[in-house]
Amino acid sequence: MSDLQKNKTQQASPHEPLLSVKDLQTHFYTATGIAKAVDGVSFDVDAGKTLGIVGESGSGKSVTANSIIRLLPPRTGKIVGGSIRFDGKDVLAMSQKELVSLRGSDIAMIFQDPMTSLDPVFKVGHQMVEMICAHQDISKDEAKKLAISALERVGISDPVKRMNSYPYELSGGMCQRVIIAMAVCSKPKFIIADEPTTALDVTVQARVLELLKELQRDTNTLILLITHNLGVVWEMCDDVMVMYAGKTVEKAETRELYAEPMHPYTWGLLDSIPRLSDESKGLLRTIPGVPPDLRLTGTCCNFCNRCIYAQEICHKEVPPLIEVKPNHFVACHLQNGERTLVRESGDVK
Amino acid sequence: MLKTILRRVLQIIPTLLIVVTFTFILTRMIPGNPAATILGPQASAEDIAKMEIKLGLDKPIWEQYFDYIFAVLQGDFGTSYMYNQPVTDLIASRIPNTLQITLVGLLIALVIGVCIGIYSALHQYSAGDYIFMVLALVGVSMPIFWMGLMLVKFFSVDMGLLPVSGRGDANDIIDVMRHMVLPCFCLSTIPMATFARITRSSMLESIHSDSIKALRARGIKERSVVWKHALKNALPPIVTVLGLQIAGCFTGAILTESIFAWPGMGTMIVNAITNRDYMLIQGVVLFFAIVFMIVNLIVDIVYLIINPRVNYEGGGK
Amino acid sequence: MTQQTDAKLTSVNAVKDANDVSTETAAILGATGAADRLGSEYDEELLRKERKANSAWSKLRRNKTAMVGLVIVVIMVSLAVFAPFLTTYDYKAIDPIASYLPPRIPVIEDLGIFDGTEIKKGPEGTSTVVNPYVQKNRTDEYHIFGTDKIGRDLFSRMLYGARISLIVAFGGTIVAGAIGVILGLIAGYFGGAVDSVIMRIMDGMLSFPFILLAIILMTVLGSGLFNVILAIGIGNVPNFARVVRGEVYIVKSQEYCNAARIIGVSNIRMLFTHILPNAISPLIVYATLGIAGAIISEAALSFLGLGITEPTPSWGQILYSGKDVMNGHPYIATISGLFILITVLGFNLLGDGIRDVLDPKMKK
Repeated sequence: MSDLQKNKTQQASPHEPLLSVKDLQTHFYTATGIAKAVDGVSFDVDAGKTLGIVGESGSGKSVTANSIIRLLPPRTGKIVGGSIRFDGKDVLAMSQKELVSLRGSDIAMIFQDPMTSLDPVFKVGHQMVEMICAHQDISKDEAKKLAISALERVGISDPVKRMNSYPYELSGGMCQRVIIAMAVCSKPKFIIADEPTTALDVTVQARVLELLKELQRDTNTLILLITHNLGVVWEMCDDVMVMYAGKTVEKAETRELYAEPMHPYTWGLLDSIPRLSDESKGLLRTIPGVPPDLRLTGTCCNFCNRCIYAQEICHKEVPPLIEVKPNHFVACHLQNGERTLVRESGDVK
Repeated sequence: MLKTILRRVLQIIPTLLIVVTFTFILTRMIPGNPAATILGPQASAEDIAKMEIKLGLDKPIWEQYFDYIFAVLQGDFGTSYMYNQPVTDLIASRIPNTLQITLVGLLIALVIGVCIGIYSALHQYSAGDYIFMVLALVGVSMPIFWMGLMLVKFFSVDMGLLPVSGRGDANDIIDVMRHMVLPCFCLSTIPMATFARITRSSMLESIHSDSIKALRARGIKERSVVWKHALKNALPPIVTVLGLQIAGCFTGAILTESIFAWPGMGTMIVNAITNRDYMLIQGVVLFFAIVFMIVNLIVDIVYLIINPRVNYEGGGK
Repeated sequence: MTQQTDAKLTSVNAVKDANDVSTETAAILGATGAADRLGSEYDEELLRKERKANSAWSKLRRNKTAMVGLVIVVIMVSLAVFAPFLTTYDYKAIDPIASYLPPRIPVIEDLGIFDGTEIKKGPEGTSTVVNPYVQKNRTDEYHIFGTDKIGRDLFSRMLYGARISLIVAFGGTIVAGAIGVILGLIAGYFGGAVDSVIMRIMDGMLSFPFILLAIILMTVLGSGLFNVILAIGIGNVPNFARVVRGEVYIVKSQEYCNAARIIGVSNIRMLFTHILPNAISPLIVYATLGIAGAIISEAALSFLGLGITEPTPSWGQILYSGKDVMNGHPYIATISGLFILITVLGFNLLGDGIRDVLDPKMKK
């Protein structure tokens, strides 16, 4: 028994990444059919690294994040396949009790809208103390001190007063800091940030991202950053995964992906960023069409109907995710094997 | 917060004035001459005229109105023609009887109704939820006067388990309680069903809210998530409904008391109306209205305490 | 406006570009099978289907509670409308000898139920089975709900009573709705002092227990169909006024209202073309639930002897006439009460369903 355990921990420690998601499949059971919200997504991330997941609304990024801490809507959402290993443990095999103790202690989550991430009818301090006491075996007074120092650390002035505020009395940026402070308190190994800056002012955005970076540097935290803002990805992430309609379409190191994007969808995303350096005063490129219905995917390339390079095979077969260059994965029929596509010029005259 | 409460208290005054005016106008519009009613059919025109002077009915209508308002301000609701007693005394003697069944009925309704609502919300779409919600819908649709009749027929007449009507022997607690069973059950039906429905929908909404999801993501224990956070978030609509049901209870009391011959405010006002006892009608109606407004005020204050956002929004306007 | 147009232009251009590039691949696109499920046909046909499926009516049709409610309501209204064709006895015809005949239903009387027999309780717990139809020499008559004190057919009276009860319920709700909507619109739209005065009066009215207000109104107005409608209508005005006022306040603060005001839309036009349509869905819900409440109110008033009075039949009046003979002839009160309960349930189910469909957020 002890041998086996030792064996396990040994297996876990040297080469296994802190977070490893393999072939994750999350389905939603709706009245009109099964929506494959996440359809076979895999990635590994090491401690201290940041992985960015990019994609438009409904591409499955948030569902991926929620799947990792198993916070899917009961009854309708279900993880139907794949594996999630965090810190050497199988998350999908965990009991509800283990999950509760994992959430908020080793894994912290930051949501898109800070205003609705705090319970509106309890004071900020109360909620912080409650959370600290839920995970650490310390007295309420100690928890309070810890909370105040955490608030100070995230740059909230007059933290004692803020402890006695209700969430509605704080601004969005302030709320997001409070939530980050909560995360700081339990020194998580892994932070999931689900569009942490989308609901904030641009000036506040930068500060919140900086905070996250600081936190990561101090405690060697893994960050899973979900966003649709490619600028944020460039700033923050070591690796990027582009998702489209529940599938990974491209995955690479950030520099590599920006320098040499290979999937037509990634091109579309990159072309739709306004650039100051862009001297041609043309219109921004957009990707025509809408994402497919997630209840109907799985018979062809999900992007084929919006892809200007689509060929016969794209309508018939699902493209596999292939390592085209070392650590650069693409799921596109045309990038695979002898044929290579070259991006059209991004400028529209 | 104090400012908000004070403003709410001040708001009562115009409403109260309107209520007094309403009651005055309405009672004066009831057909028939009260002086003649008091003296009976054999009274001479002279006697009736004397009686009118005694009652102040000979004065111009606006003078009667101001007389009445001043009297009310001094706590004098006038004298009942029918009972020849001050209206306040009559109310004081009847109100405990009415409260006895309304409060007990409401309390039962609140406790059971809220529990059912929480159960249904936590077990949404389960068989229990389904059954409870069908029952609750039947409950809110129930004509309680009819249900009272059926209950009396079944439990009292056919089975002989419970007394048909009346209040019972005041010295015998068991007897009093036996007399209270059916009226209380009758009174609690609609509030119970309403509480169950509102609690369920309010709980469901709060359980599925983003802030509850965030609490779960923070690893707060499920028990605390549901019973502390979700419940407190779900409370405001329940409190609102509680206020409405307290008011509704008096309506229920009028009907229930008349079925079970319960000697409370309800039977008194029905009698007063059939006997055109102006002062008594005015007094009772005014009393109900004041009680209602105080209840509403308390509800609003409780609302402020349990839901800090209201205070903020109110202050912002 | 301009922003929208810009966005549209952009997307049109983008689509054009895409089309230019993909002309080569167009043939392939057309020839493929799998893509059809995601392609343009999906975009149009499936979207159209989805849109159709999301329309209020088809949502309502999928809503089981609403449908059960609707069926009940339709049955009750049909019973009232087609009363002359469904009844064999005149609801006014008096037959003093045939008083209090118990229910007797043709087909199932052979099974021993509703066969016109009654159990008469004798002294010392003895009981005998009697058949009033035989005793009163009415063996060839079938009163499926029995007869009342003066021998009128209860089935006919229930059906004609349905007319009165439903007229009162609809009428009362229309009166309440009409007055309430106008007051609510005025209060909400003009705000300020007008709003304060109207809403304080509404608060004052709401301070009366509803039944008390109706009782006083009935004593003032005297009994009779029209007065019952008026009493129930006036009693319900504040509810409608409050709802409409609340909606107006919400709509008024919306951008498009400001926009309309800026281009000089008149107040009246504003109220009826921009604000009222937005308040319609809660109004429909309140009206449906209000009808349920009005049926109960009519019955409650009649039950206290203040509503519809003899010889006009209404459900409440029939219940009232049955309450004193509850022990000897319970079927009168039982049947009339059941009709009230089922009909009220029907309207409540329908109202709940409509609310779920029109605005899921209004659930609370």
